[in-house]
Amino acid sequence: MMPIGYYLFLSMALFLIGAIGVVTRRNVIVVLMSIELILNAANINLVAFSRIFGDAAGQVFALFIIADAAAEAAVGLGIIIAFFRNRETVLEDEMDLLKW
Amino acid sequence: MTPSGYFLEHLWLIPLFPLVTAALMLLIGRQLPKAAVSFFCVGSVFLSFVHAAGAVYQLLAVSPENRVYQQILFEWITPGAMPGPGGLFNFVADWGYLLDPLSCVMVLVVTGVGFLIHVYSIGYMGHEGGYYRFFGYMNLFMFSMLTLVLANNLLLLFVGWEGVGLCSYLLIGFYFLKKSASDAGKKAFIVNRIGDTGFLLGMFLVATTFGTVRFTSQMLSDPVAFPGILETLRTMVDHKDLLYGAPVLTGIALLLFVGATGKSAQLPLYVWLPDAMEGPTPVSALIHAATMVTAGVYMVARMSAIYQLAPVAMDVVAIVGATTAIFAATMAVAQNDIKKVLAYSTISQLGYMFLALGVGAFSAGIFHLMTHAFFKALLFLGAGSVIHALSGEQDLRKMGGLRNAIPATSVPFLIATLAIAGIPPLAGFFSKDEILGHSFDRFLFLWAIGLITAGITAFYMFRLLFLAFYGRSRVATELEEHIHESPKSMTVPLTILAFLSICGGWFALPIFWGENNTFDTFLEPALRGVPLSAAAAEVEQHSLLKDYLLMLASVGIAALGIWLAYRLYLQHPKLHAKVAAAWPRVYNLLANKYYVDEIYDALFVNRIKDLSTAFGVVDAKLIDGVGVDGAGWLARVISRISIWWDKWVIDGLVNLAGKITNGVSVPVRMFQTGVFSSYAVLILLGLAILLGYYGHHMHMIVRNLR
Repeated sequence: MMPIGYYLFLSMALFLIGAIGVVTRRNVIVVLMSIELILNAANINLVAFSRIFGDAAGQVFALFIIADAAAEAAVGLGIIIAFFRNRETVLEDEMDLLKW
Repeated sequence: MTPSGYFLEHLWLIPLFPLVTAALMLLIGRQLPKAAVSFFCVGSVFLSFVHAAGAVYQLLAVSPENRVYQQILFEWITPGAMPGPGGLFNFVADWGYLLDPLSCVMVLVVTGVGFLIHVYSIGYMGHEGGYYRFFGYMNLFMFSMLTLVLANNLLLLFVGWEGVGLCSYLLIGFYFLKKSASDAGKKAFIVNRIGDTGFLLGMFLVATTFGTVRFTSQMLSDPVAFPGILETLRTMVDHKDLLYGAPVLTGIALLLFVGATGKSAQLPLYVWLPDAMEGPTPVSALIHAATMVTAGVYMVARMSAIYQLAPVAMDVVAIVGATTAIFAATMAVAQNDIKKVLAYSTISQLGYMFLALGVGAFSAGIFHLMTHAFFKALLFLGAGSVIHALSGEQDLRKMGGLRNAIPATSVPFLIATLAIAGIPPLAGFFSKDEILGHSFDRFLFLWAIGLITAGITAFYMFRLLFLAFYGRSRVATELEEHIHESPKSMTVPLTILAFLSICGGWFALPIFWGENNTFDTFLEPALRGVPLSAAAAEVEQHSLLKDYLLMLASVGIAALGIWLAYRLYLQHPKLHAKVAAAWPRVYNLLANKYYVDEIYDALFVNRIKDLSTAFGVVDAKLIDGVGVDGAGWLARVISRISIWWDKWVIDGLVNLAGKITNGVSVPVRMFQTGVFSSYAVLILLGLAILLGYYGHHMHMIVRNLR
């Protein structure tokens, strides 16, 4: 059995890639994709710990998160399409209508 | 046997004829030629006269006790139950006509004299503008007057009463472009309003006292179910509900008499009649001498049953009548306008009639009403003929010597003057003598006043006659050439009226051989009233000698008056000026009509004007100034305060809330950069802090896993 550290390392790497993507990228679609990476990093953690503790609850959580991610992607993409139709842009720093 | 026949059954036609032509004239009269106007208007009055004469003839066919014909056309006003004597009663006023001996006399006088005056008007008004308007008003007057005298109840009588008042107003102001004429019309109308107020109140009192306004229910199918005033009065007296001299009867009698003083120009409401001479002369003859002004006399006679039970009211009527008679007669002495003399004479003669009513000689009053209608109409028409001949001149000082120039006028005028002066055997002698005789029986002082008035009457009438028709001519030379006799349409009525002025009093001839005046006998059933059981049934002492002595006295004083007028105005034409100069105060007092108009102006008219002015000032200063302007000012001040409050307090609070929110939000706002990545960084930062805080714990977990 592989030590848990490998899994955690992979998870952390994935999270960091996602976090950096969220922080640095301007394109909202890319940000959305980065969020998916973060979610999957969390999934790896859940599955890894589930395996170690021999508790299936973590894997169930992972499945829920996948479903949640799908829903989030659908809603997020819908918002983005609607926004694009209005403003013809998907760049987050141009989304400034509510700015004071 | 009850009276019947075509003319009685068509009683309602009598007032209808003139109404139809009046409507015709006032609607389309302008388009009609003068001949058609004369034809319709005079013709309708003639038809009325024929129907009236026929109806009277058919009424005379039955025995005296049954000489009442009543015709109810429809129920006119049925307001339902009203509070009255002994609880609620069902008030009904009919539109109905009543022909009894009293209305017989009136209807014949009104239609007969009215017809003659209409004929006269064809000539007199021939050159005037508004010919159709004149005849329209005259016919409307005939309708109103006939409604008045034929009405079977007090309310319908009042309709006629007001109708004649309206026509009087319209005809006095016929020359409405002349200010004095329109003012005179207004004066007549307003003074009559004062009297009418009394009439109305009296009528209300009649309605609540008797529960009906119908004069009598005689000859109706069911007189018991709907008793008239007469029947109710009889029942109440029989049951001792009302006693002789009951206050309510006195009240009714006095209030109705107030109405009569207005319409019949008695003190203190006579002032409108002299001014009413502004109207055309036929109007003065018809309305202000022969018919309308006698409406008050007729009304009092019609209500005689009530008056007979109200002795106080009777005394008031007698005193007012006698005072008016002498008062107006003295005023007539010093007038120079031919119509004004006749106007004061009319007031004086009406005073005689009220004196007769007041002393209980109702039929004598009506008798004098009739003879007066003949000779006073003749006098006015004669005066009109004189004015016509002199192209509008009315001043007696500019007349004289017209006797030979216009004989067809001067002879009837002489007859009328003799009649009014009370020279036998002319009409005025009989009626005046009867009044004086009854006054003598009742109250010696009133008789004395009446006798003196008779002397003054003879004096001023002969003064007028001598000044106008005898002596040297004082007519302006340019007018003298135009003096002309009036056309036939004017002189023929004069002749007929002269005949009536001679014969009109001959009903009284039987008194010479100690019998009753046939006129009185004829009227007696209508004026009988409610005989009291025992008390007032005085036995009249008819001594032929006393009658002859009284006649002698009145003829003597008339002769004295005539002689005086002859001395002063004909024998020594300068003498009257000397007499006037000898007593300037008396003369001025009479010539200025006792300053009554001035006194009324000072006491009432100007006071009302002052009151109106005061009300005007109150209106302008208090209502408009303080009230309306003040309200506006106050609203403005309040709104200023409100504006200030809104601006600084309400809006201030709102703005303050905004400012506070704004200020408080500054530090929070700092985080809201709007840059998405900065939010993401903040989230990660928060995560890092959380992880750092729970880090050791994590470490423990991870270690345990190993």
